[in-house]
Amino acid sequence: MATTQSTAAVAAPRSPYGRRKTTRGNYELYSWVFMRASGVVLVVLVFGHLFVNLMVGEGVSAIDFAFVGGKWSSPFWQVWDLLMLWLAMFHGTNGVRTIINDYAQRDSTRGVLKGLLYLAFAIVVVLGTLVIFTFDPCPANADPELLASFCTA
Amino acid sequence: MPTAPAGTLYRGREGMWSWVAHRVTGVLIFFFLLVHVLDTALVRVSPEAYNAVIGTYQTPIMGLGEAGLVAAIVFHAFNGIRIALVDFWAKGPRYHRVMLWVVVGLFVVTMAGFLPRHLMNVFGGGH
Ligand code: HEM
Ligand code: HEM
Repeated sequence: MATTQSTAAVAAPRSPYGRRKTTRGNYELYSWVFMRASGVVLVVLVFGHLFVNLMVGEGVSAIDFAFVGGKWSSPFWQVWDLLMLWLAMFHGTNGVRTIINDYAQRDSTRGVLKGLLYLAFAIVVVLGTLVIFTFDPCPANADPELLASFCTA
Repeated sequence: MPTAPAGTLYRGREGMWSWVAHRVTGVLIFFFLLVHVLDTALVRVSPEAYNAVIGTYQTPIMGLGEAGLVAAIVFHAFNGIRIALVDFWAKGPRYHRVMLWVVVGLFVVTMAGFLPRHLMNVFGGGH
Protein backbone atom coordinates (compact mmCIF):
# COMPACT_ATOMS: atom_id res chain seq x y z
CA MET A 1 0.00 0.00 0.00
CA ALA A 2 1.90 3.01 1.27
CA THR A 3 4.99 2.48 -0.75
CA THR A 4 5.42 6.02 -1.99
CA GLN A 5 7.67 7.74 0.47
CA SER A 6 7.32 11.40 1.24
CA THR A 7 10.56 13.27 1.04
CA ALA A 8 9.10 16.62 2.02
CA ALA A 9 9.95 16.23 5.71
CA VAL A 10 13.63 15.62 5.06
CA ALA A 11 15.77 18.66 4.42
CA ALA A 12 17.84 18.71 1.28
CA PRO A 13 21.48 17.75 1.86
CA ARG A 14 23.79 20.58 2.87
CA SER A 15 20.98 23.03 3.43
CA PRO A 16 21.93 25.66 6.02
CA TYR A 17 21.58 24.55 9.62
CA GLY A 18 18.60 26.02 11.42
CA ARG A 19 18.08 25.12 15.00
CA ARG A 20 14.34 25.57 15.23
CA LYS A 21 11.68 27.87 13.99
CA THR A 22 10.91 30.57 16.49
CA THR A 23 7.18 30.93 16.45
CA ARG A 24 6.56 32.86 19.63
CA GLY A 25 9.04 35.68 19.43
CA ASN A 26 10.91 36.66 22.56
CA TYR A 27 7.84 37.29 24.68
CA GLU A 28 8.96 35.13 27.63
CA LEU A 29 12.37 36.81 27.70
CA TYR A 30 10.86 40.29 27.82
CA SER A 31 8.42 39.20 30.49
CA TRP A 32 11.29 37.81 32.58
CA VAL A 33 13.19 41.11 32.32
CA PHE A 34 10.01 43.07 33.05
CA MET A 35 9.37 41.14 36.29
CA ARG A 36 12.76 42.20 37.60
CA ALA A 37 12.70 45.80 36.38
CA SER A 38 9.14 46.47 37.57
CA GLY A 39 9.94 44.81 40.91
CA VAL A 40 12.74 47.27 41.63
CA VAL A 41 10.47 50.26 40.90
CA LEU A 42 7.59 48.75 42.88
CA VAL A 43 9.72 48.55 46.01
CA VAL A 44 9.89 52.36 46.06
CA LEU A 45 6.24 52.91 45.10
CA VAL A 46 4.68 50.36 47.46
CA PHE A 47 6.95 51.09 50.42
CA GLY A 48 6.25 54.80 49.98
CA HIS A 49 2.50 54.09 49.83
CA LEU A 50 2.57 51.96 52.95
CA PHE A 51 4.73 54.44 54.85
CA VAL A 52 2.51 57.43 54.15
CA ASN A 53 -0.76 55.55 54.75
CA LEU A 54 0.22 53.39 57.74
CA MET A 55 3.13 55.08 59.54
CA VAL A 56 2.67 58.84 59.25
CA GLY A 57 0.26 60.46 61.72
CA GLU A 58 -2.31 58.02 63.05
CA GLY A 59 -1.82 55.46 60.30
CA VAL A 60 -4.77 53.33 59.22
CA SER A 61 -7.12 54.79 61.79
CA ALA A 62 -6.84 58.17 60.02
CA ILE A 63 -7.91 56.92 56.59
CA ASP A 64 -11.24 58.25 55.34
CA PHE A 65 -12.66 60.17 52.39
CA ALA A 66 -11.01 63.41 53.50
CA PHE A 67 -7.62 61.68 53.67
CA VAL A 68 -7.96 60.43 50.10
CA GLY A 69 -9.20 63.89 49.08
CA GLY A 70 -6.06 65.43 50.52
CA LYS A 71 -3.78 63.04 48.66
CA TRP A 72 -5.48 63.00 45.28
CA SER A 73 -5.78 66.79 45.07
CA SER A 74 -2.04 66.67 44.43
CA PRO A 75 -0.77 65.59 40.99
CA PHE A 76 2.22 64.05 42.72
CA TRP A 77 0.16 61.35 44.46
CA GLN A 78 -2.08 60.94 41.41
CA VAL A 79 0.91 60.04 39.27
CA TRP A 80 2.40 57.92 42.08
CA ASP A 81 -0.77 55.86 42.44
CA LEU A 82 -1.27 55.59 38.69
CA LEU A 83 2.23 54.20 38.19
CA MET A 84 1.79 51.86 41.13
CA LEU A 85 -1.56 50.63 39.81
CA TRP A 86 -0.25 49.89 36.33
CA LEU A 87 3.07 48.37 37.33
CA ALA A 88 1.63 46.23 40.13
CA MET A 89 -1.18 44.97 37.90
CA PHE A 90 1.11 44.11 34.98
CA HIS A 91 3.63 42.50 37.34
CA GLY A 92 1.03 40.58 39.34
CA THR A 93 -0.98 39.44 36.31
CA ASN A 94 2.16 38.27 34.56
CA GLY A 95 3.24 36.40 37.71
CA VAL A 96 -0.13 34.67 38.11
CA ARG A 97 -0.04 33.78 34.39
CA THR A 98 3.24 31.93 35.02
CA ILE A 99 1.68 30.09 37.93
CA ILE A 100 -1.37 29.06 35.87
CA ASN A 101 0.96 27.76 33.16
CA ASP A 102 2.80 25.73 35.79
CA TYR A 103 -0.14 24.02 37.43
CA ALA A 104 -3.16 23.98 35.07
CA GLN A 105 -2.51 20.93 32.96
CA ARG A 106 -5.50 20.71 30.65
CA ASP A 107 -5.58 23.16 27.77
CA SER A 108 -9.19 24.08 28.47
CA THR A 109 -8.61 24.72 32.20
CA ARG A 110 -5.62 26.88 31.39
CA GLY A 111 -7.60 28.82 28.81
CA VAL A 112 -10.48 29.53 31.17
CA LEU A 113 -8.22 30.57 34.05
CA LYS A 114 -6.20 32.91 31.87
CA GLY A 115 -9.38 34.37 30.41
CA LEU A 116 -10.61 35.18 33.92
CA LEU A 117 -7.21 36.60 34.83
CA TYR A 118 -7.11 38.97 31.84
CA LEU A 119 -10.69 40.02 32.49
CA ALA A 120 -9.85 40.90 36.10
CA PHE A 121 -6.77 42.77 34.89
CA ALA A 122 -8.78 44.85 32.42
CA ILE A 123 -11.55 45.71 34.90
CA VAL A 124 -9.18 46.72 37.69
CA VAL A 125 -6.80 48.78 35.53
CA VAL A 126 -9.59 50.66 33.74
CA LEU A 127 -11.59 51.26 36.92
CA GLY A 128 -8.54 52.28 38.98
CA THR A 129 -7.34 54.69 36.29
CA LEU A 130 -10.77 56.30 35.89
CA VAL A 131 -11.11 56.69 39.65
CA ILE A 132 -7.82 58.58 39.94
CA PHE A 133 -8.67 61.01 37.14
CA THR A 134 -12.37 61.59 37.76
CA PHE A 135 -12.07 61.93 41.54
CA ASP A 136 -13.55 65.10 43.06
CA PRO A 137 -12.23 65.83 46.55
CA CYS A 138 -15.07 68.31 47.21
CA PRO A 139 -18.32 66.87 45.78
CA ALA A 140 -21.05 69.51 45.57
CA ASN A 141 -23.81 68.24 47.90
CA ALA A 142 -21.67 66.30 50.34
CA ASP A 143 -21.65 66.78 54.07
CA PRO A 144 -18.74 69.27 54.64
CA GLU A 145 -17.86 67.38 57.84
CA LEU A 146 -16.65 64.48 55.71
CA LEU A 147 -14.47 66.50 53.34
CA ALA A 148 -10.90 67.73 53.48
CA SER A 149 -10.57 71.09 55.26
CA PHE A 150 -9.61 72.96 52.06
CA CYS A 151 -13.10 72.28 50.62
CA THR A 152 -14.78 74.68 53.03
CA ALA A 153 -11.95 77.13 53.55
CA MET B 1 0.57 16.87 27.26
CA PRO B 2 2.25 17.69 30.55
CA THR B 3 1.66 15.03 33.16
CA ALA B 4 1.32 15.28 36.92
CA PRO B 5 4.65 15.76 38.64
CA ALA B 6 5.08 12.49 40.52
CA GLY B 7 7.80 11.86 43.11
CA THR B 8 10.52 14.34 42.48
CA LEU B 9 14.17 14.35 43.40
CA TYR B 10 14.10 18.12 43.70
CA ARG B 11 14.64 18.77 47.37
CA GLY B 12 16.19 22.18 47.13
CA ARG B 13 16.81 23.53 50.58
CA GLU B 14 16.66 27.27 51.20
CA GLY B 15 16.36 27.92 47.48
CA MET B 16 13.19 25.89 47.20
CA TRP B 17 11.50 27.30 50.29
CA SER B 18 12.25 30.88 49.36
CA TRP B 19 10.74 30.14 45.93
CA VAL B 20 7.58 28.71 47.52
CA ALA B 21 7.28 31.70 49.85
CA HIS B 22 7.82 34.14 46.97
CA ARG B 23 5.04 32.46 44.98
CA VAL B 24 2.56 32.33 47.87
CA THR B 25 3.14 35.96 48.87
CA GLY B 26 2.89 37.10 45.22
CA VAL B 27 -0.55 35.51 44.76
CA LEU B 28 -1.73 36.84 48.10
CA ILE B 29 -0.76 40.42 47.26
CA PHE B 30 -2.35 40.10 43.82
CA PHE B 31 -5.75 39.13 45.22
CA PHE B 32 -5.50 41.83 47.88
CA LEU B 33 -4.83 44.39 45.14
CA LEU B 34 -7.96 43.38 43.17
CA VAL B 35 -10.15 43.97 46.23
CA HIS B 36 -8.18 47.06 47.24
CA VAL B 37 -8.80 48.89 43.95
CA LEU B 38 -12.49 47.96 44.05
CA ASP B 39 -13.03 49.35 47.55
CA THR B 40 -10.97 52.47 46.83
CA ALA B 41 -13.30 53.04 43.86
CA LEU B 42 -16.06 53.79 46.38
CA VAL B 43 -14.66 57.34 46.65
CA ARG B 44 -16.50 57.86 43.35
CA VAL B 45 -19.80 56.73 44.87
CA SER B 46 -19.97 59.04 47.89
CA PRO B 47 -17.92 60.05 50.95
CA GLU B 48 -20.43 58.13 53.10
CA ALA B 49 -20.05 54.91 51.10
CA TYR B 50 -16.25 55.04 51.25
CA ASN B 51 -16.15 55.85 54.97
CA ALA B 52 -18.66 53.11 55.76
CA VAL B 53 -16.61 50.39 54.08
CA ILE B 54 -13.24 51.64 55.31
CA GLY B 55 -14.79 51.89 58.77
CA THR B 56 -15.53 48.15 58.77
CA TYR B 57 -11.81 47.60 58.09
CA GLN B 58 -10.69 49.66 61.05
CA THR B 59 -11.01 46.82 63.56
CA PRO B 60 -8.36 44.91 65.52
CA ILE B 61 -8.85 41.78 63.36
CA MET B 62 -8.33 43.70 60.13
CA GLY B 63 -5.39 45.48 61.79
CA LEU B 64 -3.73 42.10 62.23
CA GLY B 65 -4.61 41.24 58.63
CA GLU B 66 -2.86 44.43 57.49
CA ALA B 67 0.20 43.43 59.51
CA GLY B 68 0.18 40.07 57.69
CA LEU B 69 -0.16 41.79 54.32
CA VAL B 70 2.72 44.11 55.08
CA ALA B 71 4.83 41.12 56.17
CA ALA B 72 4.03 39.38 52.88
CA ILE B 73 4.95 42.39 50.78
CA VAL B 74 8.15 43.13 52.72
CA PHE B 75 9.36 39.56 52.22
CA HIS B 76 8.32 39.48 48.54
CA ALA B 77 10.03 42.82 47.89
CA PHE B 78 13.39 42.00 49.52
CA ASN B 79 13.43 38.48 48.13
CA GLY B 80 12.51 39.88 44.69
CA ILE B 81 15.63 42.08 44.81
CA ARG B 82 17.60 38.98 45.79
CA ILE B 83 16.24 37.11 42.75
CA ALA B 84 17.27 39.97 40.47
CA LEU B 85 20.76 40.01 42.03
CA VAL B 86 21.14 36.25 41.56
CA ASP B 87 20.24 36.70 37.89
CA PHE B 88 22.16 39.87 37.01
CA TRP B 89 25.08 40.17 39.43
CA ALA B 90 28.05 38.04 38.40
CA LYS B 91 28.59 36.77 41.94
CA GLY B 92 24.86 36.50 42.68
CA PRO B 93 24.49 32.73 42.26
CA ARG B 94 27.47 32.11 44.56
CA TYR B 95 25.98 34.24 47.33
CA HIS B 96 22.31 33.33 46.88
CA ARG B 97 22.13 31.57 50.25
CA VAL B 98 23.93 34.35 52.12
CA MET B 99 21.62 36.84 50.47
CA LEU B 100 18.60 34.91 51.70
CA TRP B 101 19.79 35.45 55.25
CA VAL B 102 20.30 39.13 54.46
CA VAL B 103 16.67 39.16 53.25
CA VAL B 104 15.53 37.54 56.50
CA GLY B 105 17.57 40.07 58.50
CA LEU B 106 16.16 43.06 56.61
CA PHE B 107 12.68 41.57 57.02
CA VAL B 108 13.08 41.35 60.79
CA VAL B 109 14.45 44.91 61.04
CA THR B 110 11.67 46.35 58.84
CA MET B 111 8.92 44.56 60.72
CA ALA B 112 10.44 45.61 64.06
CA GLY B 113 10.18 49.20 62.89
CA PHE B 114 6.67 48.76 61.49
CA LEU B 115 4.77 46.55 63.93
CA PRO B 116 4.90 48.58 67.18
CA ARG B 117 3.70 51.74 65.50
CA HIS B 118 1.02 49.99 63.45
CA LEU B 119 -0.29 48.04 66.45
CA MET B 120 -0.42 51.28 68.42
CA ASN B 121 -2.50 52.85 65.64
CA VAL B 122 -4.80 49.83 65.60
CA PHE B 123 -5.19 49.12 69.30
CA GLY B 124 -3.93 52.28 70.94
CA GLY B 125 -5.80 55.42 71.93
CA GLY B 126 -5.87 57.01 68.45
CA HIS B 127 -9.62 57.28 68.10
C1 HEM C 1 -2.87 47.89 54.59
C2 HEM C 1 -2.21 48.47 53.65
C3 HEM C 1 -2.77 49.51 52.72
C4 HEM C 1 -3.58 50.58 53.00
C5 HEM C 1 -4.15 51.01 54.34
C6 HEM C 1 -3.81 51.27 51.74
C7 HEM C 1 -4.59 52.42 51.61
C8 HEM C 1 -4.87 53.06 50.42
C9 HEM C 1 -5.61 54.28 50.29
C10 HEM C 1 -6.18 55.09 51.45
C11 HEM C 1 -5.68 54.59 48.96
C12 HEM C 1 -6.33 55.85 48.37
C13 HEM C 1 -5.34 56.77 47.70
C14 HEM C 1 -4.05 56.98 48.43
O1 HEM C 1 -4.05 57.06 49.68
O2 HEM C 1 -3.00 57.04 47.76
C15 HEM C 1 -4.99 53.54 48.24
C16 HEM C 1 -4.87 53.46 46.87
C17 HEM C 1 -4.11 52.53 46.20
N1 HEM C 1 -3.35 51.52 46.77
FE1 HEM C 1 -3.24 51.07 48.74
N2 HEM C 1 -3.15 50.61 50.73
C18 HEM C 1 -2.50 49.53 51.29
C19 HEM C 1 -1.71 48.61 50.63
C20 HEM C 1 -1.47 48.61 49.27
C21 HEM C 1 -0.59 47.68 48.59
C22 HEM C 1 0.19 46.54 49.26
C23 HEM C 1 -0.62 48.01 47.27
C24 HEM C 1 0.13 47.41 46.09
C25 HEM C 1 0.20 46.17 45.83
C26 HEM C 1 -1.52 49.14 47.11
C27 HEM C 1 -1.84 49.74 45.92
C28 HEM C 1 -2.72 50.80 45.76
C29 HEM C 1 -3.09 51.37 44.47
C30 HEM C 1 -2.64 50.88 43.10
C31 HEM C 1 -3.98 52.44 44.74
C32 HEM C 1 -4.69 53.34 43.71
C33 HEM C 1 -6.07 52.77 43.48
C34 HEM C 1 -6.83 53.42 42.34
O3 HEM C 1 -6.24 53.70 41.28
O4 HEM C 1 -8.06 53.57 42.46
N3 HEM C 1 -2.01 49.48 48.35
N4 HEM C 1 -4.51 52.62 49.15
C1 HEM D 1 7.47 45.30 46.10
C2 HEM D 1 8.25 45.07 45.11
C3 HEM D 1 8.27 43.75 44.33
C4 HEM D 1 9.40 43.11 43.92
C5 HEM D 1 10.87 43.55 44.15
C6 HEM D 1 8.98 41.93 43.20
C7 HEM D 1 9.85 41.06 42.57
C8 HEM D 1 9.48 39.94 41.87
C9 HEM D 1 10.34 39.17 41.00
C10 HEM D 1 11.81 39.45 40.72
C11 HEM D 1 9.60 38.14 40.51
C12 HEM D 1 10.06 37.09 39.51
C13 HEM D 1 10.31 35.74 40.12
C14 HEM D 1 10.77 34.74 39.08
O1 HEM D 1 10.78 35.04 37.88
O2 HEM D 1 11.12 33.65 39.51
C15 HEM D 1 8.26 38.25 41.06
C16 HEM D 1 7.23 37.36 40.85
C17 HEM D 1 5.92 37.58 41.22
N1 HEM D 1 5.41 38.73 41.84
FE1 HEM D 1 6.50 40.26 42.53
N2 HEM D 1 7.61 41.85 43.20
C18 HEM D 1 7.11 42.96 43.87
C19 HEM D 1 5.78 43.28 44.05
C20 HEM D 1 4.70 42.48 43.68
C21 HEM D 1 3.31 42.86 43.77
C22 HEM D 1 2.78 44.23 44.25
C23 HEM D 1 2.56 41.78 43.34
C24 HEM D 1 1.05 41.61 43.22
C25 HEM D 1 0.27 42.49 42.67
C26 HEM D 1 3.51 40.72 42.98
C27 HEM D 1 3.15 39.47 42.51
C28 HEM D 1 4.04 38.55 41.99
C29 HEM D 1 3.66 37.24 41.48
C30 HEM D 1 2.25 36.65 41.47
C31 HEM D 1 4.84 36.63 41.01
C32 HEM D 1 4.99 35.24 40.36
C33 HEM D 1 5.64 34.27 41.34
C34 HEM D 1 6.12 32.99 40.69
O3 HEM D 1 6.16 32.88 39.45
O4 HEM D 1 6.49 32.10 41.44
N3 HEM D 1 4.79 41.19 43.19
N4 HEM D 1 8.20 39.37 41.89
